[in-house]
Amino acid sequence: MANQQTDQQPLYEARRSIFPRSVKGRFRNIKWAILVFAYGVYFLLPWLRWERAAGPDQAVLFDLVGRKFYLFGLTVYPQDIFWLAGFLMLAAYLLFFVTGIAGRVFCGYFCFQTLWTDVFVLVERLVQGERPARIRLAKQPMNGEKLLKLGLTHLLWLLVAFATGLSFVLYWGNAPDLIVDYFTGKAPFAAYGTTLFLTATTYVMAGHAREQVCTYMCPYSRFQSVMFDKDTLVVSYDSKRGEGSAGRAKLGKGLKSQEERQAAGVGDCIDCGYCVQVCPTGIDIRNGLQIQCISCALCIDACDAIMDSLGWERGLVAYTSERQAEEGRRARLLRPKVLGYFLVLLVIVAALVWNVSHQQLFDLSVAQERQPLYVTLSDGRIQNSYEFKMNNKTGGPLELEFEVVGLEGAELDLGNFSHIELAPDQRLRLRAHIKYDPEAVKAGSQQFGIRAVPVNRADLQPFEKDAVFSWPGRN
Amino acid sequence: MSENTQQQQSGAVQTTGHAWDGDLQEFNNPLPRWWVWTFYATVIFSLVYWLIYPTWPYANTYTKGVGNTITFKNDQGEEVTTHWNTRALLIEEMQTGEESLKQKAYLEKVNAASYDEILSDPDMMAFTESTAKVLFADNCAACHGHGAALPASAFGLYPNLADDAWLWGGKLEDIEETLVKGRNGYMPAFGSTLSEEQLDQVASYVLSLSMEGLDAQKVAAGKEIFNGQTGGCHYCHTKEATGLESQGAANLTDAIWTVANVPSAPTTEAKLVAVKKVIHDGINRVMPGWSGRLSDDEIKQLAIYVHQRGGGK
Repeated sequence: MANQQTDQQPLYEARRSIFPRSVKGRFRNIKWAILVFAYGVYFLLPWLRWERAAGPDQAVLFDLVGRKFYLFGLTVYPQDIFWLAGFLMLAAYLLFFVTGIAGRVFCGYFCFQTLWTDVFVLVERLVQGERPARIRLAKQPMNGEKLLKLGLTHLLWLLVAFATGLSFVLYWGNAPDLIVDYFTGKAPFAAYGTTLFLTATTYVMAGHAREQVCTYMCPYSRFQSVMFDKDTLVVSYDSKRGEGSAGRAKLGKGLKSQEERQAAGVGDCIDCGYCVQVCPTGIDIRNGLQIQCISCALCIDACDAIMDSLGWERGLVAYTSERQAEEGRRARLLRPKVLGYFLVLLVIVAALVWNVSHQQLFDLSVAQERQPLYVTLSDGRIQNSYEFKMNNKTGGPLELEFEVVGLEGAELDLGNFSHIELAPDQRLRLRAHIKYDPEAVKAGSQQFGIRAVPVNRADLQPFEKDAVFSWPGRN
Repeated sequence: MSENTQQQQSGAVQTTGHAWDGDLQEFNNPLPRWWVWTFYATVIFSLVYWLIYPTWPYANTYTKGVGNTITFKNDQGEEVTTHWNTRALLIEEMQTGEESLKQKAYLEKVNAASYDEILSDPDMMAFTESTAKVLFADNCAACHGHGAALPASAFGLYPNLADDAWLWGGKLEDIEETLVKGRNGYMPAFGSTLSEEQLDQVASYVLSLSMEGLDAQKVAAGKEIFNGQTGGCHYCHTKEATGLESQGAANLTDAIWTVANVPSAPTTEAKLVAVKKVIHDGINRVMPGWSGRLSDDEIKQLAIYVHQRGGGK
């Protein structure tokens, strides 16, 4: 008997289509504002021009070939890679911090999956109509009307997806040139490949996969619940008020006003289903907190609209915390966890700001040759060899002369390069020998400094780098 | 968790229908269908892969892949077309890849430049340093050591190229000649022609050229032998004992010892023994010529590399 039952159940579940209904309200407005801002930044940023002493005039440009990353007034070099680590830590802790306070704010308002799905649903609605019309269209057999509407929807989706992919590509080259090259077939293969890939993923993820991404693919949706506690804000249904003692009921005879309903023990939920219809992940918030819920708050807008039209108090579905629901007290903001996240955030921000604002205009590294560490010269002095690596980030030409500090009487031999000129952004390696008589019998080493003096720039301090001079023991 | 609780409350939960111990049941959460399609897509991917790339071994060969060939030039300059494989891919990349072409262009620039031009251009110097480092490691390091100097434990086996003493001359042209022709570093053994006392005297003289505190009588006698017919050392080492570069004879007056391990000998006695041993046994060191194995351009790069190690002349 048990087997029979198993046989009837499908092994794999087809995705249940969701046709979110549109809604107007506070949170929807906030979401539209964020969406417009995010799209504005994403699509327009590559076109913003920026004057630089040296380098391209694009405000944000990631130059992979030149290994330089331009961010407005800042030029980031590969050596600054730990800024990326810092930035990612900042992003992670900001996410934890916000999640601790207000739950899945990122998911509901800022995640690109949410933003792009929103636009794709908007396209769907503009072409095919509101939820009932879309359901009807999905059910009806294929005909001219259905073909036209579905075709137009998918065409527009692909256009949005293509624009998304193309815009991403524009960050990696000079946008005005690249776009001309792009449409004349002269852009590098990577540009077409990336666009194709991103067009495909955008189309599939925002058009077809949608809430499946959040439910099945996104790791964050799986681990975010560990950051939740009793004081975290979640979108929830006030079941005490909504259900009363006799459950929810539709507006019917004798159940029209709040007084009548309370007398009958019926709650304030009129079971209109609006909150379910607007949900982009297709769940019923009245069943409690669910893993699919991305906290987009559209059900709050939906319920508020209904409550307003009835003239009843808002907040049947609202942002609330477990503590508020259980104890009726407001969520505490100053909790050890939140404060901890905040402190870590402060430390990261401070470290990052300090580091970025103290970016060196000139990189000098001095590496002592290890093999051989030293050699004896014919005049009895000891010679150590070094490799100088330098990078001119001053934005202008740099003329340098080198000297040894803290090693009395040492001779610096740079061959023909005792005076060198570096073009803007030029990187250079030099081999240097230092000849010195340590006058010591025992083997040892001494720290000293290599000083690079920018002779053509009075405004710049000399750059100094520590190095070590080693010598053998002598009999 | 709350989801399941809710499902149970609303009776929506699906089970596989199995029941153990009366009430132990198994939830049925079917895999999403797109997941299955993704699996089928990977199957199709591998089928296409089998078709295009070398995949299946059969008999004593394997499927070569359809319409996926690589063309490159072999050592004889003939064009070779082969089925896709990573070795051919590497050869093709080294011949026609973007970075290889850039390297080739730079290499040609360095090859066309004179020693002086290279030595005055920091970029060409850095480039030569990199290319010659590989050449040195492949051809020279086996004898001369990785950093062009041997560790103390291998003292004197082969010349140290990192100091400023040059047996055969330290100018770029000299180093190039050494590389092209090779060198035969020979000093005859005096063990049979000089007595033990005479060896002691010559060694004292040689040591006195770079250190103090030696027996003046012995030194004077040693100098006699050195500059006279008995020893005849001055023929190669000159009367000033500074050495003839044409013979590869060492300068005995400087602080550098190339064969006799004087630096690590703790006492004057031990230093004398070290010098005596060399005079007694003689030296026979050979460096082969490299013109047959290395191209002129490679020899040029190596000459610069060696010149740069310790400070050529």
